[in-house]
Amino acid sequence: MTAATSTVDPAEIAKFEAMAAEWWDPEGKFRPLHMLNPCRLDYITGQIAAEFGRDLSGERPFAGLRILDIGCGGGLLCEPMARLGGSVVGADAAERNIAVARIHAAQSGLEIDYRHTTAEALAAAGETFDVVLNMEVVEHVADPAGYLAACRDLLKPGGLMICSTINRNPKSFALAIVGAEYVMRWLPKGTHDWRRFITPDELYGLLRGAGLDQVDRKGFVFNPVTWRWRISDRDLSVNYVTTSLRPRG
Amino acid sequence: MDNPAHGRIVADMTRDPDVLIVGGGLIGPTLALALAQGGIRSAVLDALPLPLRRDPGFDGRAYALALASQRLLAALGVWNGLRDAAQPILEVVASDGRAGEGPAPFFLHLDQAEIEEGPLGYMIEDRFLRPALLEAMAAAGVEHRAGAEVVAQEAGPAGIAVTLASGERLSARLLVGADGRASGVANRAGIGRTGWDYGQTALVCAVAHEAPHRGIAHQFFMPAGPLAILPLPGNRSSIVWSERRETAAALAALGEAEFLETLRPRFGDFLGAIRLAGDRYSYPLGLSLANALVAPRVALVGDAAHGIHPIAGQGLNLGLRDVGALAEVLTLARRRGEDIGAPDVLARYQSWRRFDTAALAIATDAFNRLFSNDNALLRGIRDLGMGLINALPGARRALIREAAGLTGEVPRLLRGRPV
Repeated sequence: MTAATSTVDPAEIAKFEAMAAEWWDPEGKFRPLHMLNPCRLDYITGQIAAEFGRDLSGERPFAGLRILDIGCGGGLLCEPMARLGGSVVGADAAERNIAVARIHAAQSGLEIDYRHTTAEALAAAGETFDVVLNMEVVEHVADPAGYLAACRDLLKPGGLMICSTINRNPKSFALAIVGAEYVMRWLPKGTHDWRRFITPDELYGLLRGAGLDQVDRKGFVFNPVTWRWRISDRDLSVNYVTTSLRPRG
Repeated sequence: MDNPAHGRIVADMTRDPDVLIVGGGLIGPTLALALAQGGIRSAVLDALPLPLRRDPGFDGRAYALALASQRLLAALGVWNGLRDAAQPILEVVASDGRAGEGPAPFFLHLDQAEIEEGPLGYMIEDRFLRPALLEAMAAAGVEHRAGAEVVAQEAGPAGIAVTLASGERLSARLLVGADGRASGVANRAGIGRTGWDYGQTALVCAVAHEAPHRGIAHQFFMPAGPLAILPLPGNRSSIVWSERRETAAALAALGEAEFLETLRPRFGDFLGAIRLAGDRYSYPLGLSLANALVAPRVALVGDAAHGIHPIAGQGLNLGLRDVGALAEVLTLARRRGEDIGAPDVLARYQSWRRFDTAALAIATDAFNRLFSNDNALLRGIRDLGMGLINALPGARRALIREAAGLTGEVPRLLRGRPV
């Protein structure tokens, strides 16, 4: 895949470089993701460190762990995972995201295996991982049950899946659709279809159905005064995250 | 991956420090120690050569460390070696005075007994603090390059390249300017400055005196500028005497006997006979605030970020708060796997420190304007104001805690905890 980028027309590369700069501009188009990212990373790194007994204050604590990020976009999660020593595969169904993510990883001096592919295709190819990151994807797929079954197949026995999504209730409609898309213009209109949002109970049902054990669940809560996200034990009313484990044997 | 160029870049990254710190004063080395504790490699680039052999004698320079600053040094493992050399500040007495009249009866009295945390702060001499930081830095394996003058810097998408006067080029994720008011790092990053000259000069020296100071720090507000008498170990005190620039120049030119002759009426006789116990130094006073604390791949700390009026003795303490905040932001970012020089990471540092910095700069500026004059109305207002604070235990305790650096969103290191 690396060879492919070198045969692309230079105008195309310039376009992707501009898009990479856009993806990684904390004040730009992807500002909501940048704002949420430290909070997501705190949760993800904490769960991985706890499950695999790693010390986050050490050098390259995720060394030896194979990590997949589904819907990796410009690489906002892949790069931190690689910096922590993980061996990272980033998958995205949008080809231009992969081109953008590759350019940025090269600029950052990070080795990340970015692929233009889907969870289902990776599962069909028999790939397996210690950790699967499944962040803000499940609310966009047509068949969540089938998709989560593919995610389960991507996990090694004892592997960890971290899955975040948006709850479905009047508050999440007000905040995630009206607030984020129409009032704040953080996200393009039509980014989310509220009917596809999933309640925590529905998600647990789907994960259980896929044969995964629940490990943890938390809310991501935005404070409009400090403009910061925080992790909440109780408030899963809008954005929330779950950790589940593929049982051994 | 199948691109061999990537392997080479990664190998370079493991050898280079994560952070280059420009400035070998007190703030730069302290930041290097704090970063090392958080697992972040740094190198200190010091434009000055290392002194051939440190003169073990006392040269008259000393610092007032707020309690929070002392806690930071303790959390970094530097305080144990300094404890015996430090003088606790047990009380602060502030009073109004006019030249020739000696200090007026006190009207603001801050006593450590009113807060549970202990002494309000400590006085520590430069001859102990500076070597302790350099030794701790060597023990932590931080590279200290003396005589390394930075002449150019260039921020890129993933790091910053720095050129030394020798022509050598270094690179890191982040460049920190701890290079003082005339910060070259800030200047090259295009960060402008706002400020003004106070037309005052601080004369700094140490005196030996007959009577014990009992750990009491005195601040006399004189029309030309404040006079601080700060307790040092033994029967010695550090003097910070602010005067109008022309007067200060004349005073600095005086011989020792005449200098003491001029100081005595201002000083009063409560400590008995006095004599000089070290060299005399002059520091022109001005306010110099950087318009931003960060730029792409650049962060400013200490006087490079904010040179304030030393009226409340808060310059070094403010810089150490920068150190605590920046080390905490970068350490947390590193643990998350974030790029420690990325704009959103640096924005967290700036938003944390900006308010504190501006608030203290405005307060010390206003304080100096209020106290450095002989206007009868202003004298009345400040006497009334300080009298009121003194009469209200709650307000007095709040001021004590403020002076001790215990208020606001305090970085972990300044609470004495590791990052």
